[in-house]
Amino acid sequence: MSFSLLSAAASGEGATPAWAMLAYLVAGVFFILALRGLSSPATSRAGNRNGMIGMAIAVVTTLIMHGTNLVEIGIAIAIGAILGVTIARRIAMTAMPELVAGFHSLVGLAAVVVGLAAWLNPAAFGITDAAGQINAVSRVELGLGIAIGAITFSGSVIAFLKLSGRMSGSPIMLPGRHVINLGTLAAILVLIGLYTVSPEGGAGEGWMVIAVTALAFAIGFLLIIPIGGADMPVVVSMLNSYSGWAAAAMGFTLGNSAMIITGALVGSSGAILSYIMCRAMNRSFISVIAGGFGAAPEAGGAGAREQRPYKQGSAEDAAYMLEQAESVIIIPGYGMAVAQAQHALREMGDKLREKGVSVKYAIHPVAGRMPGHMNVLLAEASVPYDEVFELEDINSEFAQADVAFIIGANDVVNPAAKTDKSSPIYGMPVFDVDKAKQVFFIKRSMGGVGYAGVDNDVFYMNQTVMLLADAKKMVEEIVKSLD
Amino acid sequence: MDFIAILSIFVLACFVGYYVVWSVTPALHTPLMAVTNAISSVIIVGALIAAAEAENPVAKYLALAGVVMASINIFGGFAVTERMLAMYKKKEK
Repeated sequence: MSFSLLSAAASGEGATPAWAMLAYLVAGVFFILALRGLSSPATSRAGNRNGMIGMAIAVVTTLIMHGTNLVEIGIAIAIGAILGVTIARRIAMTAMPELVAGFHSLVGLAAVVVGLAAWLNPAAFGITDAAGQINAVSRVELGLGIAIGAITFSGSVIAFLKLSGRMSGSPIMLPGRHVINLGTLAAILVLIGLYTVSPEGGAGEGWMVIAVTALAFAIGFLLIIPIGGADMPVVVSMLNSYSGWAAAAMGFTLGNSAMIITGALVGSSGAILSYIMCRAMNRSFISVIAGGFGAAPEAGGAGAREQRPYKQGSAEDAAYMLEQAESVIIIPGYGMAVAQAQHALREMGDKLREKGVSVKYAIHPVAGRMPGHMNVLLAEASVPYDEVFELEDINSEFAQADVAFIIGANDVVNPAAKTDKSSPIYGMPVFDVDKAKQVFFIKRSMGGVGYAGVDNDVFYMNQTVMLLADAKKMVEEIVKSLD
Repeated sequence: MDFIAILSIFVLACFVGYYVVWSVTPALHTPLMAVTNAISSVIIVGALIAAAEAENPVAKYLALAGVVMASINIFGGFAVTERMLAMYKKKEK
């Protein structure tokens, strides 16, 4: 029995031998361990290595079973390796969101390619029935895999363009887009259904798969176009999830447990991240996906805004107050990433600590353009991770803090989220900076508003001093004044 | 493998994914996305089979293009994750 388990194929032509199935299962387990390692920075690098081991097992197993065209395949892998490693080495940490979006688009496109290849040459993938036709179940899996892959691809391309600033981050609204989107989605599902029941080589069997691919490319594009820049954390997470489901669908087609386990892991990961991001904005997933948030000023918003008095300060004022403080909480936002101010900020933190000031960093889940964006930038600037705190862990400390130092954040400190039921950000958890004794708010100018397009009462509070300048320049000046 | 066996693996893996991902510290959410991106490129298995078993040049080069794309992701994804994780340091002393 053990002999047959390790040598013979379970049944039928093209079925995977048992040893290979076991190898794929082991690869899947390594992928689980890869994610498990990320539960703490201390174990994270070992986790990443486990991921590499799992991938190596999956690739080598496949190459042993299908040992033809090895030279070409080797060249293809080498090209990918050189490109991938070069990109990974050169990319600036601030550009991480668009890099991840770009990578997602490649997974999506690869899924489409694999799906089309399996459709064109089903015998090689062992998905044919006795009559040489593709099984009905495999057709559904193929159709879904291609569709999800194509959506991932085109959606990620748009997300990439928006995140890298090659395309305006503001929502682009097409009239009747909900009808168009739902219609396209319905058409894709109907076509997959028709393809499943139509005989191979029968009327229209070929164009159905092509049409599913084309429509899915179109809907990925249409779905992301109306979603604004600061909703990108949700979009990137969602596309992350889709890339997982696409891999899982292909795993079903190939009966490959490594792909199925990975797909399920990545799919849940992206879905959970999307959920965390939505919760942190107190918005439903549907409303984010429907898009258009922050597109038009609210009634009585930007245009009609009254001029209210505020205090403006200089770097010297800020440096003086910071030195006198016992505890400072720094709240970075997307503006810090844009200004590349993280290194100057860490220098400021170090200077203050030398003077005996307690310095902590407070990070909102949706700060930046992707989950964990601020954490990576602070880590890049060598801020130890045990000085960086999540919203719920630090929010109670503002009441005791001498200074809340806001750099490039806005909506995440807006008290309207707690008090103003008519505000578009009402209900979003925010930092209680209004409880700190003193607030410094670095902002480019008084003209701009946050993503939500709403005014922020923090600007006009008695204890608030506005530092109107480029974030990096302002922090550098504060550092100079601290000497 | 029959469909029910595959489905069982899938459903159980979704639960594993759910619990494992909730245990990931929020500070590492960006590396999480980078590494999930790398491992979802296990789809390269499909591209490798297609490239090895291709019956005509068009299918072969299409599949090889898939291999290149997935490889960019695998190597790029793991490398950039490694680079990010190396930056996370604890306070000295």
